[in-house]
Amino acid sequence: MNVAKINKLFGEEINAINMGLESFAENLQREGVAVTQVEWRPPAGGDKELAALLDSLEANRDLDIDAANREAAQRILSGKPTLIDIGIAGEVIPGMHKKLILHAGPPVTWDRMCGPLKGAVLGGIVYEGLAADLAEAEKLAAGGEITFEPCHHHDAVGPMAGVVTASMPVWIMENTTFGNRAYATLNEGLGKVLRYGANGTEVIEKLRWMADELAPILRKALALRGSIDMKNIIAQLLQMGDEGHNRNRAGTSLFIRELAPYLVQLDDPKEKLARVLAFMHENDHFFLNLSMPASKCTVDAARYIEGSSIITTMARNGTDFGIRISGLGDAWFTGPAGMVDGLYLPGYTAEDAAPDIGDSVITETAGIGGFAMAAAPAIVKFVGGTPADAINFTKRMYEITAIENDTYQIPNLDFRGTPTAIDVLKVVETGILPAINTGIAHKEPGVGMVGAGLVEPPVSCFTDAVKAFVKKYGR
Amino acid sequence: MKQILVQKDAYYDSVFLMLINQDVKKIEGITEAVVSMGTELNVELLGEMGLVNEEVTAATPNDLIIAVEGRDDAAVTVAIEAARELLNKKSSSEEGAAYRPSSLTAAVKAIPEANLVVISLPGEFAAREVRKALMNDLHVMLFSDNVSLEQEIELKNLARDRGLLMMGPDCGTAIINGKPLCFSNVVRRGTIGIVAASGTGLQEVACSIEKLDAGVTQAIGTGGRDLKNEKVGGTMMLMGIEALKNDEMTKVITVVSKPPAATVAATVIDALKRTGKPCVVHFIGLDKRPAEGNVHYAGNLEEAAGMAVALTRNESYEPRVFTIPTGDVDALVDRETQKMAGGQVNLRGLYTGGTLADESMILLYDALGGVYSFESKDPEFVLKDPHRSQGHTIVDLGEDVFTVGRPHPMIDPSTRTDRIEKEMEDDTMAVMLLDCVLGYGSHPDPAGAMVPFLKDAKDRAAGRGGYLSIIASVTGTGGDFQNMDEQRRKLEAIGVVVMPSNYQAAMLALEIMNKVGQR
Repeated sequence: MNVAKINKLFGEEINAINMGLESFAENLQREGVAVTQVEWRPPAGGDKELAALLDSLEANRDLDIDAANREAAQRILSGKPTLIDIGIAGEVIPGMHKKLILHAGPPVTWDRMCGPLKGAVLGGIVYEGLAADLAEAEKLAAGGEITFEPCHHHDAVGPMAGVVTASMPVWIMENTTFGNRAYATLNEGLGKVLRYGANGTEVIEKLRWMADELAPILRKALALRGSIDMKNIIAQLLQMGDEGHNRNRAGTSLFIRELAPYLVQLDDPKEKLARVLAFMHENDHFFLNLSMPASKCTVDAARYIEGSSIITTMARNGTDFGIRISGLGDAWFTGPAGMVDGLYLPGYTAEDAAPDIGDSVITETAGIGGFAMAAAPAIVKFVGGTPADAINFTKRMYEITAIENDTYQIPNLDFRGTPTAIDVLKVVETGILPAINTGIAHKEPGVGMVGAGLVEPPVSCFTDAVKAFVKKYGR
Repeated sequence: MKQILVQKDAYYDSVFLMLINQDVKKIEGITEAVVSMGTELNVELLGEMGLVNEEVTAATPNDLIIAVEGRDDAAVTVAIEAARELLNKKSSSEEGAAYRPSSLTAAVKAIPEANLVVISLPGEFAAREVRKALMNDLHVMLFSDNVSLEQEIELKNLARDRGLLMMGPDCGTAIINGKPLCFSNVVRRGTIGIVAASGTGLQEVACSIEKLDAGVTQAIGTGGRDLKNEKVGGTMMLMGIEALKNDEMTKVITVVSKPPAATVAATVIDALKRTGKPCVVHFIGLDKRPAEGNVHYAGNLEEAAGMAVALTRNESYEPRVFTIPTGDVDALVDRETQKMAGGQVNLRGLYTGGTLADESMILLYDALGGVYSFESKDPEFVLKDPHRSQGHTIVDLGEDVFTVGRPHPMIDPSTRTDRIEKEMEDDTMAVMLLDCVLGYGSHPDPAGAMVPFLKDAKDRAAGRGGYLSIIASVTGTGGDFQNMDEQRRKLEAIGVVVMPSNYQAAMLALEIMNKVGQR
């Protein structure tokens, strides 16, 4: 009988973890014992069947989920998102064509699309010249002329409605560690914009200016500068008060710093260069469309790992919230998109809000955004008010993630790495849902952004994914 | 000796690096250290210091440079390692202060130095968490009950295979490294190690040891089924004995258990013999035996403590019933019986501590010609209604049948005070026998909570022309937060006789009942 560990305990200071009656922890504290109280909740939300499923996975010793998840997490950490170019969607995005419209979130048919997504789709059809006006566009969209597919099926991501059409310019992001790429449109700014479902003339005109002037100029500057290491910029912006999803002020500034010396070397007229710089400067979210594809190409490298329960996609289309799991291939697990609990711009209320929408939750999937909330005290109002709330918000996420980021660090947490690589088994086990920061779209197409806040994903998509995982890997 | 490392594309904040720089410079044998990003200025500086190579000149502001110069290879290697560690240091300083992990896994991650988990979750969920704790190499105190026998066997086998403590299920008390766990008294550290398959039994023995000015090294609880059930087979008892055998601080080993299965008892005795240390055994309800080599048998809980203390002091143990002079006992018996009425013939024991109730039951059962209880082995002496006493009755009010919807009576005295209210109507009651268990987990003033009801009961008996004798003992120590002396005074102030131990209280009650019988 080997009791060496017991005798070792006799020689140590007790450092206790208390689960259950808090008074037991308090008593130990009174006696000077270090004790940590666990905020315990029944596993799997008290669903015994589900808890038993989770246990059955643990009991299967042939299956090394931890090893698979370590591999997935390691791939995410070793990824190196690099901005290499700007291209035209139809020319660079795999499978892209004139009558294909990409949208945010899991697959959705025209009849099930929410207001802002429909608005953006119609705007996209007009922008592509497939229809002369919105009425004609609607006929096309409803008539099956147009194919709708998720951005995520084409290595792309899009904020809010996430509509991408063939002639739009897109950022080309490459994960240079693994060679995979991701694409996203250039951010249009705030107010009446296509991603919030606005589709009036000024929206289409702005999109054309972006394609004709903004994108070509940025492309030339980028070519002069050479590719930009996005991982580095994201590491820095986290130390400057951004979290890369709801706050992109520092990221945008850093990006301007990267490009400005090259922009001024271009032969384009000063007014044009000034317009480009001013456009980026006036839009605090310009960097969002860079942090998103950076996150996308990073997490994509962790897809399709046998036995891994790491979440590699989270996305919403305003109707459904969907996730995909590394070890479960291309399957989507969806639930109804929730309403955002947030703060509203003057003149708007919760009544005006559309359900949760957009691919921007790819940032959380990669370990920034809501998961790095502690880094962004300037926007703590979204999480209930105080920087302490924001810190606890991030700390909770360590409980559902596989690893701590070795590059993305949070100054407030003594430079602890951000919680990275969400494990769906842990989500279901602890009942802690991923913390998601997001903007709020008006429910009617064409109005635009009405606020920002936090949203809870539907529990069912996580439990469904776990059930499918057990079906595939359990015994 | 110089060493220069360049880590490509590894961004760190400059202030953060400055602090690391400072720390690395302080390392013994280090003359120069630079931990910085490869900005033009820094590269230039490194050049001036002679800490430069091709990689450094080619470094960009996104590259991390660690350059160290020192006395010798060893010092430089230490410094580089230290720099790396500081760069990757996880925050743990304020971890756990405001934030509470919501799972055991997260707690282990946040507090890697944790070594013990106390689990008092609902029984249906407990086993799962215990398994996780054991798999994480954590010792476990499992307070929860409603854990099945199958689960107990599985978990204890797992604990044995991994060499860990799994105290419980239904383990109410333990003292590890002098620290009281769950329901536990503050007992000074000493040289006696205890392993007990009985909660209040352990408390009574530990407190009795303290009353004799001695102390405890470890008091390990095993849960009540450890020795009772052959399939559990005393797994934790045997591990506890083995650990105490190896423990240099422990000079004497004391084992206490509810009646064990015969085969398990033999195994435990064998294990004790092999320790080579003086051992004291008390199996509640089993007759006292003469000593066998190093193993001594005690006849009651207090005696187990007394024998153990004597062994630590190389003194011979003199068995005796009362620690107060015989004359005083006789006087007490006279005083307590003098005013009793003729119809007062029954004893009522109202206990909050299960083992204490058992001990009194065993001491009094034969002597009184049978005592009623909720779970008597003799069907004739099973209470018809557990809530109503008949003849001589002793009840453990901690049994589930009494606590439905209420906390354990050691926490919530109302279960017992309600019962006292009922009992006081019964004019056949001659003696009321009580325990009063102090320590962490227990009610802050158990004596004070009982006193008004006890006084009422005495007044009622007097009103009927009789006298109610109330005998109690206080299980506690001077270190317990309830203040043992004050608890005792509160009881004595209304005429309760407070004896030094439960054993003596039961024996005094017996003397009184004998006297009652002689009338």
